[in-house]
Amino acid sequence: MVVHLPFTDVAEARKARDLTSQASQHRLDPCNSNPEGNHVNLKRFGVPAVIAVTAALALSSCASNEGGATPEESPSSLSGNLVGAGASSQDAAQKAWTAGFQTANPDVTINYDPTGSGAGRETFLQGASDFAGSDRAFDDEEIAAGGFAKCAPDSSIVELPLYVSPIAVIFNLEGVDTLDLDPATLAGIFAGTITKWNDPAIAALNEGVELPDQAITPVHRSDDSGTTENFTDYLFAAAPEVWTWEADGVWPFEGGEAAQGTSGVVDAVTNGTGTIGYADASRAGDLGTVAVQVGDEFVPYSPEAAAAIVDASPFVEGRAEGDLAIELDRSPSEGGVYPIVLVSYLVACQEYAEPENVELVKAYLSYIASPEGQDVAAADAGSAPISDTLREKVVAAIDSIQ
Amino acid sequence: MSTASTVIKAKQRPGDRVFSGSAVFAGSMILVTLAAVAIFLIVQSLPALFATSEDASILPTNFWAYVGPLIFGTVWASALALLMALPVSIGIALFISHYAPRRLASVLGYIVDLLAAVPSVVFGLWGIGVLAPAVQPLYSWLVDNLGWFPLFAGPVSGTGRTILTAAIVLAVMVLPIMTAINREVFLQTPVLHEEAALALGATRWEMIRTAVLPFGRSGIISASVLGLGRALGETMAVAMVLSASGALTFELLTSVNPSTIAANIALSFPEAYGPNVNVLIATGLILFIVTFAVNAFARWIVSRRKEFSGAN
Repeated sequence: MVVHLPFTDVAEARKARDLTSQASQHRLDPCNSNPEGNHVNLKRFGVPAVIAVTAALALSSCASNEGGATPEESPSSLSGNLVGAGASSQDAAQKAWTAGFQTANPDVTINYDPTGSGAGRETFLQGASDFAGSDRAFDDEEIAAGGFAKCAPDSSIVELPLYVSPIAVIFNLEGVDTLDLDPATLAGIFAGTITKWNDPAIAALNEGVELPDQAITPVHRSDDSGTTENFTDYLFAAAPEVWTWEADGVWPFEGGEAAQGTSGVVDAVTNGTGTIGYADASRAGDLGTVAVQVGDEFVPYSPEAAAAIVDASPFVEGRAEGDLAIELDRSPSEGGVYPIVLVSYLVACQEYAEPENVELVKAYLSYIASPEGQDVAAADAGSAPISDTLREKVVAAIDSIQ
Repeated sequence: MSTASTVIKAKQRPGDRVFSGSAVFAGSMILVTLAAVAIFLIVQSLPALFATSEDASILPTNFWAYVGPLIFGTVWASALALLMALPVSIGIALFISHYAPRRLASVLGYIVDLLAAVPSVVFGLWGIGVLAPAVQPLYSWLVDNLGWFPLFAGPVSGTGRTILTAAIVLAVMVLPIMTAINREVFLQTPVLHEEAALALGATRWEMIRTAVLPFGRSGIISASVLGLGRALGETMAVAMVLSASGALTFELLTSVNPSTIAANIALSFPEAYGPNVNVLIATGLILFIVTFAVNAFARWIVSRRKEFSGAN
């Protein structure tokens, strides 16, 4: 576990030292690549300018990415600049991974731009990023079309399900902390066919729970999101007779309450009465949560149960070795599996056209897949660490990158 | 001005040149900026205007089916906001200009101006956290008791985040600019007009009705236009407060509400790519045109009424 030093102080002190001593120690740092320029500032504008420059550098994102390590003690020979783009769901986890990786490898700069899954795939396809983050794997047609600009011709791509996040179904109902629901009832609530909390369908599944005669207000995301895509995918797969819309990042019909972003949904559910919504499990807080029916039992969300679905699901057939795209089994037969999860992939080339960043990509992905990397993401982003079974396959896939 | 320069031939001093040059520069910059924005919008929009759902995944069928409910929602929310803000702003302005003691008036005017400095995100947070839960019981009551009235048809929203709440937030946001303009206009009423009305035996209300309001009519319209302009373009507060589902409905109190163009762009842009970006920019172009049309319409009203405004 990496202990984060209060890095602003360290960075500030270091910047100040660099500026004043004019050591012109040239490091691979896009934030401070021109010490001579600073010299001019120092002379002309004096101390206030130095303070301002120091503060600006220390507060800038580049400085905060570097963590607390000092360059002199560099234990690693890795250096360079890695660019990634894609899913905003991975943003918090990517920040944690970037910080952790750059602390261990101070000469490396990693930039992850959370532009959204679609844009991330597009960027990767056009070769403007070294790796992509995406809430869904490339589909067969996209892979058949090929044209991944960063990859060697005829190279396949490596897709690694390294960010697994449980989606909790949250509700606000006075006196009720947890509810048992089967997929059909859950789909009925969100589709608007079940409109009262004391509906017989809900009551039958929750004997002994006092359900009020109150209207249900289902809350969904008003923005395009991977959370919605995975939630609707679950409803469509597990209760197709009630939920007739295919998986989509945009809520598929007019109806129900809409709120902006995860925090918007959580706020709406918290402030409303008789509300129910879905959000990253890490944000569920004190709200009541739903245990969904899997097989014969009701499973509340937990990191272990969420990670278990990835192991219980088969890989997509007909993919290249190293392409670990998963065909999520939303209604598994095994117990202890929580089926409403968001699985987000990291996508890289199996063989890069230019060899310069290969080592770096491999090292970064290995760090993300390591127990340490998964724990950092769990702590910072509330994701579910992947199992050792999956890790073996992921590590093998990373090793195949060249 | 031109006659003076031709007749006397004043010596051109550097200060004059610099000042006139910078004034011309500033004046032309606004045109350049506007043109740059318009060109950007048009160029980026062109592929989207004739796109179908096959080109851009965001579209239901074609572009106009997508933007139609958004135009409606934008105009509807802004109109509701204006409907609420206009009487209140006139009332506040009249109170400040004609009723309140001078000391109270200046404090009140200052507070209203301060309201204009509150960022829209803060209004949005207030709308979600305070206003929506507070008005939800009222909405329930309205639906239960006045549900036969089409605007108040149910089912009621469980969170209060309806288009009416969004319109209230918008009304609060446009209040400062409208009040400030109305106040200035009312203060400019010629004192002779007012005294004449009073001398003829008018009460204070009659004096305001016969002297102040007719004089300020074009000013009130200008204030409304500026308020409407802000309401049409307001993004964050609406995006945060409104539960938007893209439906075309006049119902005020349900969870199903039309979205507005600006809020829709803010919500959809982060995950948009490829042709969807063009579609969203095209909706921005439509908003640009709507705002432009509203402004032109109001200018036309003001100019038509100028001769009757009593401003002479």
